[in-house]
Amino acid sequence: MFLYIIKRVFYLIPLLIGITLLTFLLTRSLPGDPALNLVGERANPEVLENIRKDIGADSPFFIQYAGYLKMLLKGQMGVSYFTKREVFADILLKFPNTLMLAFCAMSIAIPFGLILGFFTAERRGTIIDRVVTSLSVMGLSVPVFWSGLLIMLLFSLKMKLFPPSGTGGLRFMVLPAITLALPALATIARITRTSVIEIQEMPFINTARAKGLNHRRIQFVHVFRNVIIPVITVAGLDFGSYLNGSVLTETIFGWDGIGKFTMEGIIRRDYPVIMGCIIVGTVVFVLINLMVDIAYHYLDPRVKLHEVRR
Amino acid sequence: MKFADKSVIYLLCLIITVTIIAPVITGSDPLKIDLDSLKQPPSIHHLFGTDTKGRDIFSRVLYGGRVSLGISLLAAVFSMSIGFLVGLIAGYAGGRIDSILTALIDLVLSFPSLLLAIGISVVLPPGIYTVMIAIASVGWASFARVIRGYILTIREMPYVESARAVGCSGTRILLFYLLPQCIPIGIVMMGLKLGGYIITEASLGFLGLGQQPPAPSWGGMISAGRAYILSEPWIVFFPGAAIVVTALCFNLLGDILRDSYGLRIK
Repeated sequence: MFLYIIKRVFYLIPLLIGITLLTFLLTRSLPGDPALNLVGERANPEVLENIRKDIGADSPFFIQYAGYLKMLLKGQMGVSYFTKREVFADILLKFPNTLMLAFCAMSIAIPFGLILGFFTAERRGTIIDRVVTSLSVMGLSVPVFWSGLLIMLLFSLKMKLFPPSGTGGLRFMVLPAITLALPALATIARITRTSVIEIQEMPFINTARAKGLNHRRIQFVHVFRNVIIPVITVAGLDFGSYLNGSVLTETIFGWDGIGKFTMEGIIRRDYPVIMGCIIVGTVVFVLINLMVDIAYHYLDPRVKLHEVRR
Repeated sequence: MKFADKSVIYLLCLIITVTIIAPVITGSDPLKIDLDSLKQPPSIHHLFGTDTKGRDIFSRVLYGGRVSLGISLLAAVFSMSIGFLVGLIAGYAGGRIDSILTALIDLVLSFPSLLLAIGISVVLPPGIYTVMIAIASVGWASFARVIRGYILTIREMPYVESARAVGCSGTRILLFYLLPQCIPIGIVMMGLKLGGYIITEASLGFLGLGQQPPAPSWGGMISAGRAYILSEPWIVFFPGAAIVVTALCFNLLGDILRDSYGLRIK
């Protein structure tokens, strides 16, 4: 187990190099002076001079890239053109909000997805099954920025149950969390349904039935333990995609997280902000995938750790 | 074929036809500003109502559909072409070339796709071609991964072996023996991915990185109508409904194609 984790962490290194190389290339191809693009016009001249030296246009490409990496390691992602604040500091400030929202969405999506999946698998082929299954395809086809607006219109503006936008306690979190949860809920319900059906046909379930165990016990103990594994994988991947979805959802609900920050950066063409958000978002995404992989191998004893192939 | 499957395909054909012949169906110009009929609710004259500048939403949705569908289809074709090229080469060449290309595929797949697309759209000037490039430069990787995996399973098959034995060159084997086998997979993948591309395109449009106003696009119309959601909800509702119906049809089409070819692709 320990060896496996170390191996996977090592695997991160080329990945991180690839990511920073890509963002570096993106930054370099922005219009204007790259040093200015990195730190913003209003940065103090000393910093600007340092960065010019680090990523100086006349030094060879790899030296420039090394300078850029050095800057990132110091947590220097430049200063916003607009607010004159350190981008990295702002990201650190806003990140917990995004994380909280993602957790909230997850705690809606996983239980309800599991329940729906089991429910439909039990009633396979009936009308209810078909309706719910088609609805879950629907869930994958609805853009969050539209469903978010409709949810806001219905529950907040018409029924006045929750505040339409803003950052704060649970009351503010409910609507954006539901919006974010819907597509994930649909995926989880779908995966659960197929794996429940698949597992119910396996010999060990027949054995359990032959032993005379009641249906409920088979479902909750024997089937559930096997179903939870693919669900965790999908949920983990979805957790990463919440960072994607949050750009849209947070903008609509005015939730003060990284997503909204990215959007503000885009509107104002605030390049240091956009690039900072992309780097942080991507690194977090990669780290979450790593954790999911590790959790997956921990949960599923059938997978032999040292034989894992990427 | 089941009735439900047939109706999905008919509906999709209808959507595509309607957007192509948009000028025939709707008399009104999607860009014409009419200050006498601002924010009209849906009626006989304006099927989907009018927006804040008095423009007819029905014709804007139709014309916007041309852009959305066009970009998504082109992006899918580009993704598939690049994905095929990389996947074929990686799967057939093997060795070091394969490991380098696989690492590249893994790298692109490990990026959150919308963030990468945002990064690309920010660097290039905003517009429809940028959106296309942004989608395709993320999308090719999943095609490449599937194609590579498939090539690995078929490259040692007896018919390929015998082609090699009679002296076919590597290029010939790739183009005439392996590529045709991959075409069904390509079609199914395209069906599965198109729904997602429609939504990505709309998302980029919503973020203001796609088609620039005043030209209509589904995502852009929703973004422009956001502020009027309480008083004039139809401004946001109809373009969104268009996205949902189109994406839904493509997603269902992907499932239908996959089942009819009997393939197991996610």
